[in-house]
Amino acid sequence: MENFTPWTALAGGALIGLAASILLVANGRIAGISGIVGGLLAPVRGEVGWRVMFLVGLLGAGVVMTFAMPESFAASPRTLPLVALAGLLVGVGTRLGNGCTSGHGVCGISRFSPRSIAATLTFMATGAGVVFAMRMLGGSA
Amino acid sequence: MSPAARALRQSRNQALAALGTGAIFGVGLVLSGMTLPSKVIGFLDFFGDWDPSLALVMGGAIAVHAVVFRLVARRASPLFAQKFALPTRRDLDPKLLAGAAIFGAGWGLGGFCPGPGLTSLAGFSGDALLFIGAMLVGMLGVAQLEKLQERAKAKEKAKTAEAARVAADASPHATAS
Repeated sequence: MENFTPWTALAGGALIGLAASILLVANGRIAGISGIVGGLLAPVRGEVGWRVMFLVGLLGAGVVMTFAMPESFAASPRTLPLVALAGLLVGVGTRLGNGCTSGHGVCGISRFSPRSIAATLTFMATGAGVVFAMRMLGGSA
Repeated sequence: MSPAARALRQSRNQALAALGTGAIFGVGLVLSGMTLPSKVIGFLDFFGDWDPSLALVMGGAIAVHAVVFRLVARRASPLFAQKFALPTRRDLDPKLLAGAAIFGAGWGLGGFCPGPGLTSLAGFSGDALLFIGAMLVGMLGVAQLEKLQERAKAKEKAKTAEAARVAADASPHATAS
């Protein structure tokens, strides 16, 4: 537990919850990142603008934060082929399962949605399983 | 105000709200450590050197959003739209669970989920670019497959309708329509 960062984790989490709340109050939308991106890949009239703007805000925050907190960005500890495989799995999985960490894990659980609770337990379990398997195979997680 | 001007103002307000919330969301992701793939992997490493930080990220986000959701749910409509767009399904189906299982495997493998992957693009890291590129390929693949499936279903429906019509025509008891 030497890397435990409780205060920044809580503060960052609260900001994520705040952003999801404002999007709900203002636009009546779920702040699910995979859903927002997915909606752009099969565009519907009147549904494109806000999605693009959300992603612009997300990337803009990333740009500002690379200057404010450069130590908070890092490459994946995995090899590039594994990173590519990971991306593919995340893309397929989030579309089949209708959501990711934000849509199911934050927004869905906050609504006590049974589907989101089941999805979150499932992706946490398989995620932990893969990390465990990698530890067994490679010696380190 | 004319309906057209009203619609225009509404979509402009929606765009501004989305821009602001996207930015707050991104700052939250970076501050919380979600853009550090090794930290994410450390959270999923229950049997190793477990880092519980991400449980607090989710806990903090849920604590805020669950309260606001309860307050908002009483409103008839959001500020800048006619109605709330919330999922209503409550049943569990194999597609949901299989999708979540596949997503989790990718999350544990790379240490990125979609939001932090996108936010990390800002650093021009090769990893984030590769991850997001592959993610978009996966998403497009599923969208394409679902489109084909829908088309096949529509075709099948048309075929059975046509067969029923032919059968009705051939039947001696059929009345002319």
